[in-house]
Amino acid sequence: MATTTRTPTDMPPPVSASGKTAGRAGDAVFSGLSKGSGILLLVIMASIAVFLTYRAAIALSQNEGNFLTTFDWNASANPPVFGIAVLLFGTVVSSVIAMAIAVPIAVGIALFISHYAPRKLAAPLGYVVDLLAAVPSIIYGIWGALFLVPQLAGLNLWLDEYLGWTYVFDKSQPGVARSLFTVGILLAIMILPIVTSVSREVFLQVPRMNEEAALALGATRWEVIRMAVLPFGRSGVISASMLGLGRALGETMAVATVLSPSFLISGHLLDPGGGTFAQNIAAKFDEANEFGRDALIASGLVLFLLTLLVNGAARMIIARRKEYSGANA
Amino acid sequence: MKLQRKNMLRASALGALVVSGALVLTACGSDDNTGTGGNASGKPSAAAGDIKCDGAKGKLLASGSSAQKNAVDLWVKNYMAACSGVEVNYKSSSSGEGIVAFNQGSVAFAGSDSALKPEQVEESKKTCTGGQAINLPMVGGPIAIGYNLSGVDKLNLDAATIANIFNDKIKKWDDEAIKKLNPGVALPSTAIQHFHRSEDSGTTENLGKYLKAAAPDAWPHEAAKKWPAPGGLGASGSSGVATQVKQVDGAIGYFELSYATAQNIKTVDLNTGAPAPVKASADSASKAIAAAKITGTGSDLALKLDYTTKAEGAYPIVLVTYEVVCDKGNKAETLPTVKSFLGYTASDAGQKLLSEHGYAPIPAEINGKVREVVNSLS
Repeated sequence: MATTTRTPTDMPPPVSASGKTAGRAGDAVFSGLSKGSGILLLVIMASIAVFLTYRAAIALSQNEGNFLTTFDWNASANPPVFGIAVLLFGTVVSSVIAMAIAVPIAVGIALFISHYAPRKLAAPLGYVVDLLAAVPSIIYGIWGALFLVPQLAGLNLWLDEYLGWTYVFDKSQPGVARSLFTVGILLAIMILPIVTSVSREVFLQVPRMNEEAALALGATRWEVIRMAVLPFGRSGVISASMLGLGRALGETMAVATVLSPSFLISGHLLDPGGGTFAQNIAAKFDEANEFGRDALIASGLVLFLLTLLVNGAARMIIARRKEYSGANA
Repeated sequence: MKLQRKNMLRASALGALVVSGALVLTACGSDDNTGTGGNASGKPSAAAGDIKCDGAKGKLLASGSSAQKNAVDLWVKNYMAACSGVEVNYKSSSSGEGIVAFNQGSVAFAGSDSALKPEQVEESKKTCTGGQAINLPMVGGPIAIGYNLSGVDKLNLDAATIANIFNDKIKKWDDEAIKKLNPGVALPSTAIQHFHRSEDSGTTENLGKYLKAAAPDAWPHEAAKKWPAPGGLGASGSSGVATQVKQVDGAIGYFELSYATAQNIKTVDLNTGAPAPVKASADSASKAIAAAKITGTGSDLALKLDYTTKAEGAYPIVLVTYEVVCDKGNKAETLPTVKSFLGYTASDAGQKLLSEHGYAPIPAEINGKVREVVNSLS
């Protein structure tokens, strides 16, 4: 099934790319333009990488602390001492929380829109979800700080009381919920639309014949989804999640507005504190001297590598499941 | 990968946001806090008499501290109304950025909420041919300690107690130390939640300088733009801290006075050892700045504030912003404009404008020296 859907989209490019078939000027121009865009992207990427590496190298050569293990960020001080341990931890933890909350909900919404909702409801619902993506992140930040944080006080108390034994949900410090946990919830809301709409598109592409075959075998609607829709859409959902994860890893404004940062690693997710790469750059950039900025750029480089790594891992997972590939072969 | 690029953009967008958040600093006393400083409209002509436009022309670029943004905006408005053909553009970013821009020669003067560091002065010699950068104190402003404690409308604290609160040593509002300073006040046993700036800030540094000087035993941290103490909660921008204090019962935080007035936040009266505890106000801040000594040499007028002053009615938690210029070697094309503009800001009319908008004017004695130096710039 998958092969038949793919052929028509895959075939044309080789013909036009060869450029010899028709010999029309338009072909040459268009192939040149698209080749140029491709090259331009690589050039931009390479120059960003070079810039980051160059500035980071300056900072790292003068760091008096250990870049990987120091729990502090005093890059503008003399001598400079800074390390990314706390930032790496906070970035990963808040993103993982966000993914854990957002992906199941997003898949649920996508399935509802694509397979359960009556058509009259599906279109407006999809539209509303997409609208969530149009809200600027600073608005999420302000909403988070003014509304979500106070509202979560009750949930925090509840988690502390009943799940406190898990250590993770043990609230060891007093104070409002400006924690990595809250940031994770906020990020989950922010990545929900992108994960939902990509998943929805993938689920809509499940070949009708697969679904009808399952129905013909006597499958219920849930069984159709389990046997035909989810396996087909799995790699699509994974890449949707990776897009969402990318946003969560790099989210700046909302995190900077909501989180109460500190340079400590704590497994108590409900305690205020911690920090993320982007949040730390935002918080330090304004008053940093030139060396301090280089140090921030070095932390940006780590985020860059982290994102590369995550994307690479996602590609590998998708490649392994190519046979099911729906949206992104 | 593309995401990464976006992140960098976002980071700078945040910079812009933090700045715009800080725009609302000390101006606009009790009225609105929306930051344009436009509420002085209709007045420009009143001050025009003190503006001497001699030779001023073209475009004057400046950049730096957002703490004085509103004051500079008011000045610029009056100045441009009086001197036609001159355009003054103060880009409010941060002290650090302003000084970097100044030392690269891209702005004619910078605004900074701390005096220049020796290495910054050294670097300025490249830009100021034959001279170096100097500090001219121009704008003062009180940093208020705001609190939110239901049932308590008046609270006296001293430096050591404030330090211990922000240092996480005093954890409850009915602590003995606070009780002792507030006899007869029924203090609840609410837990104290203290808020600080989550991003690096000159306000943090100036509060740190005060605590370090006035309560060295209780506050061992060096003054820095980064919040040095453990514990507590961070919020971004003065407006962020003020909003949190407003929202949370048992909270205490620090911000420029205008934020407290704008959001109706109660402020701590400071027990300085003076006969009566001092309220934070433009007036009391000016009195404290008057006790400052000039530590700069030559035409440099960097101040050393007397944080332990016991003068009656002097509120010593203050922030002084400096204009940074070259004493010699200013660019020929902007020199007349710099002299004319700073001459106005240091004039009686210019300084009077400050007190009308919640800032603290620089005391006459120091201000007189500023005027002399401005006249001698070359």
